[in-house]
Amino acid sequence: MPQVDLSVNGRPVSVTASGETPLLDVLRNDLGLLGTRFGCGFEQCGCCLVLIDGAPEKSCTRPIESVAGKAVTTVEGLGTPARPHPLQQAFLDEQAGQCGYCLSGILITAKALLDRNPSPSRAEIAHALDGNICRCGAHNRILRAVAKAAARLRELGRR
Amino acid sequence: MTSAVLPPGLAENPNLGRWVSFPAPGKVTISTGKVEIGQGVLTAMMQLAAEELDVAVARIAIQSGDTDLTPNEGFTAGSQSIQFGGVALRSACAEVRALFLRHAATVLGCATSELAVQDGGVLRNGTPTGQDYWTLATAVDLAAARATGSASPKPVADHTVVGRSAARLDLPAKVFGEAVFIHDMMLDGMWHARVVRQPGRGAKLASIDEAAIRRAARGPIEFVRHGDFLAIVGQQEAAVDAAGTAAPDHVTWQGVEPISSVQQEAAWLLQRPAIDRRVGAPEPHASPRNRQRHEATYTRGHLGHASIAPSCGLALYRDGHLTVWTHSQGVYPLRAALAQSLALDPAVISVRHVQGPGCYGHNGADDAAGDAAIIAARLPGRAIRVRWRRAEEFGFEPVSPAMVVKVAAVLDDAGRPADWTAEIWSGTHSARPGSGNLLGAEALPNPPPAPPPADVPDANGGGATRNADPLYDIPAKRIIHHLVPETPVRTSALRGLGAMPNVFAIESFLDELAERARQDPVQFRLAQLADPRARRVVERVARMAAWQAGLPAGTGRGRGIGFARYKNRAAYAAVVADLEVAETIRLLRIWCAADAGLVVNPDGAANQLEGGIIQSASWVLKEQVRFADGGVSSLDWDGYPVLRFSEVPEIEIEFVAADTDVPLGVGEATAGPTAAAIGNAVSHALGTRIRELPMTRERIMATLLAG
Repeated sequence: MPQVDLSVNGRPVSVTASGETPLLDVLRNDLGLLGTRFGCGFEQCGCCLVLIDGAPEKSCTRPIESVAGKAVTTVEGLGTPARPHPLQQAFLDEQAGQCGYCLSGILITAKALLDRNPSPSRAEIAHALDGNICRCGAHNRILRAVAKAAARLRELGRR
Repeated sequence: MTSAVLPPGLAENPNLGRWVSFPAPGKVTISTGKVEIGQGVLTAMMQLAAEELDVAVARIAIQSGDTDLTPNEGFTAGSQSIQFGGVALRSACAEVRALFLRHAATVLGCATSELAVQDGGVLRNGTPTGQDYWTLATAVDLAAARATGSASPKPVADHTVVGRSAARLDLPAKVFGEAVFIHDMMLDGMWHARVVRQPGRGAKLASIDEAAIRRAARGPIEFVRHGDFLAIVGQQEAAVDAAGTAAPDHVTWQGVEPISSVQQEAAWLLQRPAIDRRVGAPEPHASPRNRQRHEATYTRGHLGHASIAPSCGLALYRDGHLTVWTHSQGVYPLRAALAQSLALDPAVISVRHVQGPGCYGHNGADDAAGDAAIIAARLPGRAIRVRWRRAEEFGFEPVSPAMVVKVAAVLDDAGRPADWTAEIWSGTHSARPGSGNLLGAEALPNPPPAPPPADVPDANGGGATRNADPLYDIPAKRIIHHLVPETPVRTSALRGLGAMPNVFAIESFLDELAERARQDPVQFRLAQLADPRARRVVERVARMAAWQAGLPAGTGRGRGIGFARYKNRAAYAAVVADLEVAETIRLLRIWCAADAGLVVNPDGAANQLEGGIIQSASWVLKEQVRFADGGVSSLDWDGYPVLRFSEVPEIEIEFVAADTDVPLGVGEATAGPTAAAIGNAVSHALGTRIRELPMTRERIMATLLAG
């Protein structure tokens, strides 16, 4: 089986897998990064989103060979309990979640949104998140949390 | 004040050591049979325990849903976890605290009335005594202690933890992407598995093209076959998954019952054999003369749970003991079903709850655990992980049955109902495990017989009849229930069971009567609603939304109200919805006032009410399970769309304070009122009523063209 070299959360990694193995499968089963979740396998729900060279991409159908040489960021790469990303802190502040299964993908979408639009409106945040399904109904809390994180990031940027 | 009556959960599990233990200095462990299904219940349980034991939340660890460790409290369902499970835990903690104080009084040679507890330490007249739960624990045999009903929980006025919003205990791990879900469990030497599903009960496996499935796998796989149960196992998940996805095309079945799209509609039920019963007032002897009558029929299609992740289960059968990990709502009933299906003694089965995706009722969780157990029992020593495919979840989870609700009323001089009949057609809302009912077991040799047709008993809130009895002051009311025993697919419990269609029908009907009587819908309701708590939520939501009587109808913009008390005994909720209708419905804003009695965690309860509103809005606007060509045809999120972020309106929720220490379940309280508020707002916007759910673009266009 071929070897694929890529960067995951800033670290170089080498995986041995057949080229069409989904990136999600490699992240979870080979690299032990369990934060990226399986939801549908059809690129419809957003649970498996990761950043590939900064762009949000579904990992459930993405062949591992297609990310050779690229930089992948998963939810684990955003922050840690000791050093939370402002998005993660805002989700805790707003208690933005119920079951929480969708949150990894939503945090990734939100990160990509705030990278390109530091001051999104409620409608812009909602539009960006339309590719992510939340089945429990935590939508409004999530929208508030993303807006709060945006404000915090703007504040940090001004310092 | 003392009460000799124990709450039901505690009466059934009176051993106090089953609920509370002091495992190490400064540490408390509490146990609950209720489980976290995304609703935040464990956080509220911690608050209740911290309050009654007088210890800091940080000292408490909680174990939940484990047949080896926790009390048997049945299912985590029916908005009963706090109302019953929480009350049982609260009483158990109060008993434990009283037991320790009696012992402390003996040790200290004083009266218990001189003693208090502060963060686990015993105070005598406000001064530390050097005694605490942990010093006393060596001499108090909790394992032998039984609840007596002699200890009362604290009065509400003394609460310092309960009634204040607490952050969810489980949320941090979820925002940092930690391994918290059952899908993330990795057992040593674990084998992945996918099941090739029997298309329907009784279908016989005729042929398997193993070579074709192996080619699709592109990696090593094995087959496990037992009767008509077929699974694919292997150590590489990608190979097993590819094989599982391809397998249905390489397997043939005999004896598959055909299903057609006609059966997906609620009206199909009207032609079916049914088990009929009547409850409530007898029929009036003579048809009242000179009385106005009104009659209308409302329908709703089948709904899926559509949990965000497909179901998952793990099992290991080793040295004659079966351990199963599951996101089921009931570990003890699942254990009973596993024991029956596998012909094992329940004593050799341990069932442990692990968190899964948000759960709103009887989805595929139990069946995935059953699949894993069936495979593990055939492969002793191998840890087996079954993860359903997305299409499998949509295609094979039990669905909420379609329903028809016909309401007929004889009106009094004011146009209010004087005599009320609700006639209901539905499949069962109750096919939970407990006495079998595991999907995989139906494919085994000598499968258990199909369970006898039954719905949830009225004493437990009813299934199809849930909330069919309107809370309004109607002199004579009756319900005619037609239970349709044979449904095209398995039907079972989903959030609120029959409450959503019934409240949609009742509250739509009330609006129709208000319109006939040329009265404002809010005033019309209040005029026949004596229950003061009900009145308060209706009045409050009207105030929140700045409700105005007499807004013109048929403008394309509408406003509607809906009200119910869930099961007529849980939380009260009133909802107002503002929306616009063009070809589709656009929700603009929703308000909700609720009386949930004693609210343990206000932010958590608000989250539940709001989640119920959004899910119900999704049901009303979009959701219906579709059938075609032999089975469920809505097998992905395009076929079964749900509300997306940009379709969710802003929502405002207020609690109406209640002077009580009785909590009322909230998880399912808003589903019915929301459906009704949206339906009434659509009618107001269009100037004509839609009585069929979901209110899809096709239905709206048909209504507009007909108008």
